[in-house]
Amino acid sequence: MRRLRSVGILPSVDPAGRRDFLLSWFALPTAAVLSVLLGGVLMLAFGANPITGYHALLTGAFGGSYALTSTAVKAVPLLLVGAGICIAFRANMLNIGGEGQIAMGGLAGTATALALPGLPAVVLIPLVLLAGAVGGGVWGAIPGAFKAYFNVNEILSTIMLNLVAVQFMNYLLSGPMVAHSGYAVGGLIPQTQLLPRSSWLPTLIPGTQLHLGVLIAVLLAVAVYVLLWHTSLGFRIRAVGLSREASSYAGMSVKSTMTLAMTLAGALAGIAGAMLVIGSISHRMVTDGTLTGFTGNAGFNGIVVALFAGLSPLWTILTAFLFGGLLVGGTSMQVVTGVPSDLVTAFNGVVVVLVVSVEYLRRRARARAKAAGTVGPAARGAPASEEKGVPA
Amino acid sequence: MSHFFTAAVLTATVAAAIQLATPFLLAALGETMGQRSGVVNLGVDGIMLLGAFGAYYAAAKTGSLVAATAVGLGIGLVMGLVTAFVSVTLKAEQGISGIGVFLFGLGLTDVLLLKLFPSPVTIPALPAVRIPLLHRIPGLGTMFFSQNWLVYLAFLLVPALTWVLNHTTYGMKIRAVGENPAAADTVGVSVARIRYSTVILGCALAGLAGATLLMFIGIFQEDLTNSEGFIAVALVYFGAWRPVGVMAGSLLYGLVAAVVVSWKTLGIIPTSASDIASMAPAVLTVLALLLVARRFRQPAALGKPYERGG
Repeated sequence: MRRLRSVGILPSVDPAGRRDFLLSWFALPTAAVLSVLLGGVLMLAFGANPITGYHALLTGAFGGSYALTSTAVKAVPLLLVGAGICIAFRANMLNIGGEGQIAMGGLAGTATALALPGLPAVVLIPLVLLAGAVGGGVWGAIPGAFKAYFNVNEILSTIMLNLVAVQFMNYLLSGPMVAHSGYAVGGLIPQTQLLPRSSWLPTLIPGTQLHLGVLIAVLLAVAVYVLLWHTSLGFRIRAVGLSREASSYAGMSVKSTMTLAMTLAGALAGIAGAMLVIGSISHRMVTDGTLTGFTGNAGFNGIVVALFAGLSPLWTILTAFLFGGLLVGGTSMQVVTGVPSDLVTAFNGVVVVLVVSVEYLRRRARARAKAAGTVGPAARGAPASEEKGVPA
Repeated sequence: MSHFFTAAVLTATVAAAIQLATPFLLAALGETMGQRSGVVNLGVDGIMLLGAFGAYYAAAKTGSLVAATAVGLGIGLVMGLVTAFVSVTLKAEQGISGIGVFLFGLGLTDVLLLKLFPSPVTIPALPAVRIPLLHRIPGLGTMFFSQNWLVYLAFLLVPALTWVLNHTTYGMKIRAVGENPAAADTVGVSVARIRYSTVILGCALAGLAGATLLMFIGIFQEDLTNSEGFIAVALVYFGAWRPVGVMAGSLLYGLVAAVVVSWKTLGIIPTSASDIASMAPAVLTVLALLLVARRFRQPAALGKPYERGG
């Protein structure tokens, strides 16, 4: 019970906490309602009936087992990136490099699968996922270390590393890793060979896309929760996020913790990248020249998902599923209403702005409630209940 | 390599570098104003996209590049108002709200492009404005004095904004609010008003930067900016929050990009390594951030919303 309280799932008993609880529970739904209204306005602006649009979206996302399994598969990269964002943002490291980390993980995983075709699935799949974690982890560790040791703004360095990653991906997929079989008008198609069958993620329910990756992603999100709230490393990560000075004064190794948080976030995104390849229908890595073409914008949408979950990895499981549904349903909406599914990206942007805007109202209420006592440091995007997670 | 070191190629490369640097410069100068007052705007890329699309629409419908410029600027102004409201009034975490604005711009311009332009439309090219006499100087004339008027505007903004920041009361208030908003507040400077003004100015310049980029390229396509707005924010750090430094960074970035293009065309970089060479500007930016991060101090209140008594 106390543990549930400590993550904000249950309210704490003191009156100040109750007020805090009410705000933290109503602020996000308010943002959600506002986002839905704004989405409706956008649809109206494009001459579509919002009710038809939302109906198509919901049916496409959650209507029936095929829709539900597609949504679950779509949610996998969002959940993994989102769980990583929970770690990074809790350490006050704004990781915007998910896109590049996914691509690097995808490349590392693909290379591993292609290099070891003879291994059985039980060995190869874990190896591929591990390679993905290493590829993405390195791509997260670089900006993490640059921030920790040289004070390089991590938002900017991660964005730059996204730009480097896309060129690297295009280079590998049209050069060293290209399949010499797929010809198109302009020459070889920039894609790898078909991966060995033993690297394919097994399907859980025959006839659907639902693959093992869904289960792994959920387990990893739970692992992130345990890491953040039930290990000393997690405590360090959250402490560093709340105050670098205080953590340093308490004898914690602030710089290595910051680097590690970014590495873990990158590793989770990298696993998502590997799964995007071995869990895909084509079972090979393909590029259309852009990062989004491979990631489906999961590097950014993962941020939306984590913020909407109040940076709690367990809630991220739910929000990833909801936003996965938004992406799947967006396509149905396009078919029915003729409004391009890119509207979902714009919608996500509105959600982010609204979520961080209502965050202030929560903070203010909390500050008022605690006027006499300690002042909660306003950690970035963190939910109102975060300090309660830190043991006294 | 010897093909590159000819007068004609070198002048053409420098002229191209200046043009490539211009959208960066406009956006980064705007961001500089906001950051000097303590506000980080990471939505620059999204605002550039919206400005570019607005400019494309206006140019395609009216055929007027002046209208295109005005629309780009106007969209920037509106987005500036939104950004200021979110960052200053609602005191949202600026790093994240900016990403939201970016996603909004990215998604909305994609939707609008698909809905409004089923097939690409060509817009008139920006005419070069030759500065009398100066454009006749051999070499230098081609490089510096035969550009279009947006290039001149961007580079004239550098001394103008330097003067505003360092020699006007308004500039002093901007710096005060960026360094110590509480102190500025006690002497009667409205922190919110100053920040609103710099953020709106910055976003207007971002919208103009998008319009400029669009007019240079001549057509809108999905994700036209390709993270140029984020690079512009990085250039503010690189330029140590000074307009002249920002200009140096933009020119360096433009030069590297222009040289890469030139070397690809000349075959100095083989086609197989072309993607690797395209990494150069981004790698350069990271290294530049690494070099300057410890040397210069950022405005003390950067990214921190101001709360009286807080």
